Amino acid sequence: MQKDPSRIKVVVATDCGSTTTKAILIEFVDGVYRQTHRAEAPTTVEAPFADVTLGVANAVTELQELSGRRLVDDDGTILRRASLDAADGCDMYISTSSAGGGLQMMVAGVVKEMTAESAKRAALGAGAIVMDTIASNDRRRPHEQVQRIRELRPDMVLISGGTDGGDTKKVTELAELIAPAKPRPRFGGEYSLPIIFAGNRDARPAIERTFSTGGFDLKVVDNLRPTLEREHLGPARETIHDVFLEHVMAHAPGYDRLIAWADAPIMPTPGAVGDILQAIAKGRGINVVGVDIGGATTDVFSVFDGSFNRTVSANLGMSYSISNVCAEAGMESVLRWVHLDMDERELRNRVKNKMIRPTTIPQTHEALVFEQAVSREALRLAYVQHKAFATELKGVQQQRTVGDAFSQEESGRSLVSGMKLDLLVASGGVLSHAPRMEQTASMLIDAFEPEGFTELAKDSIFMMPHLGVLATVHERAAMEVFERDCLVMLGTCIAPAGTAVAGKPVMRWSARWEGGSAEGTLMAQEMRLLRIGERAQVEVTPERGFDVGGGPGVAVKREVRGGSVGLILDGRGRSLSVPGGAEGRRLVAAWAKALELYPD
Amino acid sequence: MAKAYTPGLTVSSRVRYRARRLLPLTGRITVKLGDRVKATDVVAQTDLEGDITPMKMSNLLSCAPRDVPGLLLKPVGSAIAMDEAIAQSKGIFGMMKVTVKATASGTIESASDSTGMVMIRGAAQPVQVRAFTSGRVVEVLGSEGAVVENDVALVQGIFGIGGEAYGPIAIACARPEERLEASSIRSEHAGCILVGGARMTIDAIRRAIELGVAAIVSGGIDDADLKALLGHDLGVAITGSEKVGITLVVTEGFGDITMAARTHALLASHAGHAASVNGATQIRAGVMRPEIVIPLADEASGDAHVGGGATAGELTIGTPVRVIRDPWFGALGTVAALPEPPAVLGSGSKARVLEVALADGQRVTVPRANVELIAG
Repeated sequence: MQKDPSRIKVVVATDCGSTTTKAILIEFVDGVYRQTHRAEAPTTVEAPFADVTLGVANAVTELQELSGRRLVDDDGTILRRASLDAADGCDMYISTSSAGGGLQMMVAGVVKEMTAESAKRAALGAGAIVMDTIASNDRRRPHEQVQRIRELRPDMVLISGGTDGGDTKKVTELAELIAPAKPRPRFGGEYSLPIIFAGNRDARPAIERTFSTGGFDLKVVDNLRPTLEREHLGPARETIHDVFLEHVMAHAPGYDRLIAWADAPIMPTPGAVGDILQAIAKGRGINVVGVDIGGATTDVFSVFDGSFNRTVSANLGMSYSISNVCAEAGMESVLRWVHLDMDERELRNRVKNKMIRPTTIPQTHEALVFEQAVSREALRLAYVQHKAFATELKGVQQQRTVGDAFSQEESGRSLVSGMKLDLLVASGGVLSHAPRMEQTASMLIDAFEPEGFTELAKDSIFMMPHLGVLATVHERAAMEVFERDCLVMLGTCIAPAGTAVAGKPVMRWSARWEGGSAEGTLMAQEMRLLRIGERAQVEVTPERGFDVGGGPGVAVKREVRGGSVGLILDGRGRSLSVPGGAEGRRLVAAWAKALELYPD
Repeated sequence: MAKAYTPGLTVSSRVRYRARRLLPLTGRITVKLGDRVKATDVVAQTDLEGDITPMKMSNLLSCAPRDVPGLLLKPVGSAIAMDEAIAQSKGIFGMMKVTVKATASGTIESASDSTGMVMIRGAAQPVQVRAFTSGRVVEVLGSEGAVVENDVALVQGIFGIGGEAYGPIAIACARPEERLEASSIRSEHAGCILVGGARMTIDAIRRAIELGVAAIVSGGIDDADLKALLGHDLGVAITGSEKVGITLVVTEGFGDITMAARTHALLASHAGHAASVNGATQIRAGVMRPEIVIPLADEASGDAHVGGGATAGELTIGTPVRVIRDPWFGALGTVAALPEPPAVLGSGSKARVLEVALADGQRVTVPRANVELIAG
């Protein structure tokens, strides 16, 4: 039963990751919700413990010691408060989980760019890793598709295809490929593989017949693409969450107890991050991009004009996948961000050594510069993939007038726009643990190339998953903690969009902040950092051909937020082009100096 | 006294080794509890269901899907050979009939009246699992596999490519700091597990493949050479299925790096003995490192060790360690101090550190994350 939000003043939230279980305590202090303590303990899903609740109890016990509030009962469960006056216990316990590799899915749809893409969006939005997308037109021959299905070991399969009332044959054909291929579930044994059908409702009888052969647990939900013009992902996404809890989680050690402890459904970690970013975008009326770069994968989340998208770049990461980043981007692209002399052969061996010993950390200045160069490319590639995926619906019929013939735009344009982006949020080791916040800001700007005015922030202790679940039961508490404790504001970047020509001005600018002011002209290829404290009033007048959001050459006057870094003026133009060789190294060194990246 | 835990790889002259040998799905176990087996003996086997070949029969016959089941020349469940007639259309007044031939051999598994698709299931594919090490069967895992146990000398590498290989140990480099060159590989090394010293060169690897060497174990490999051998840049360290004609195991890492003297000495002491090697490496959840397993002649008891995983141990003053990150990558030494408070590194980051007395007499400070144990 949903709890009365006014009776929730103390919340314990955990995120059970593959290696660490992180716990936070949220309390109602002086009229607002604040995150007051945090603790962590090793996750205990694997043998010899094989019970996730042990790790949760350990993390919460540490929270109890730090806060002085009793949170763990004598029987090892989370203690609840008897009344709002009670000094011990909490009012609510919630959790997310990505332990055991998270949620792994295979999706299928008739047309790759349409129903299959919608199915992929539903799965990713629910927090899954999509192992493969099978479509009738994915250029693989049927036997190759069958072979691929047999190799995968998904937790569940989502099938879509056909608009309601349309053709049923193609989607039935897909099901007829999947059923005899008999994909084996990851947990093996007696587990029936869950199949979620969210396609043409007229095809349901044929689909039910096809999967009646045994070994499958079919769930039928509303079509996720009932018409070409409309995507309806909610029911499919909710069913993915239900199946995740009923089947996947239920097979993970100790999760039956964890589910019983929690006051809200346990969510896959990335699904919860997506929820909090959507809540923030909606609450503030802004467009947001969030990124979480890990050792193996990079997740990118975006909310533009209310449309939410998430992508997982499975092999772009900073340790296990570092070699793949260098292979995909090319060593030349990585080295363009390095202002020091480095030997390429030596670097290649270093990259591989990091891959095979992923827990090592850079000890020298040179190693840090190189690792941050790799991260720029990993983030850039992940964002390129995200932009290509986060598009308007493809296949929608468009009415055109004669005038449109000269400005034809394809259907399926990317929703992601550097100019419309208001807030860029960073999380993940290389961004969160960079020795200087200036380095985090610089990596974000170089990889995401924001245009116009963009606020930059980082998730202080990767609290977004906890707040994502909290938002489903107590939105106000989630928002207040997000603004006050979760985000560390780095500052604002102002980057005029346009082609920068060496030696030419890009914009004139002036800024006033508490205790200071400055003005000047920003030249092409120039970077500038202003320490403005919390806020500043700025006025920028871009040169002809440059735009900061008001249109080419149009001046903009507004307030900007500062932070631990400040206001960054980026005169490098868009799209960003960094020359190679000595000239490139000179420029990158000048930018590093201007932004005070490596001051010693 | 200060303590810390750090991962390390096993290098042991005697360990009780258990090879857990599993089929990809249930099947038949060909050994019994207590049986003595050789490394290459089959302990379990099964048949993987054959491949599915779909045929869009309604298109091929130009008929409605609902007519397809009635137009098959053999009923569902029958055997069919490739190019054998599988279905025939009714034609026009019995004339101009279209006959469709099967595109694969196998069994007709289904014929759909809603899509017109016919599925042919190919012959089952046999899968066999070998014992990997000689020894005794100490557990039969239902119909999934068996556990073979023996006392062995065990060396875990840091990285490898290629699958399981078997052969006698042969020494190509007399000293661990010696680079493995093509000139060190001779025709009598065919079928052997060849032990090098420092880096294995691409010429040496090619020569070994040419001569039919089963596997190479050496200190290091250059990334550029690995790329040349595989034909692509290895993006993620999940290996074991490469088909390059040889199994390679690197004990230390990438680059010019000397094999740990203890590892080299252990392998050299078993020259001529039969051994098993697996290059499979997986550095994600469920870490798997490559292994060289040398069964010992006698069966004195050793410490239990289940094959496949890496070990972790305690760091105390005097523990032998290897530095695994630049600027002292590959250097060997012993722990000299374990200061409690975090220190600021040259990179500007703060981290827990330790002091290492290197073999050359230098005393250096490195992050605790950047060392591994070398004692097995």
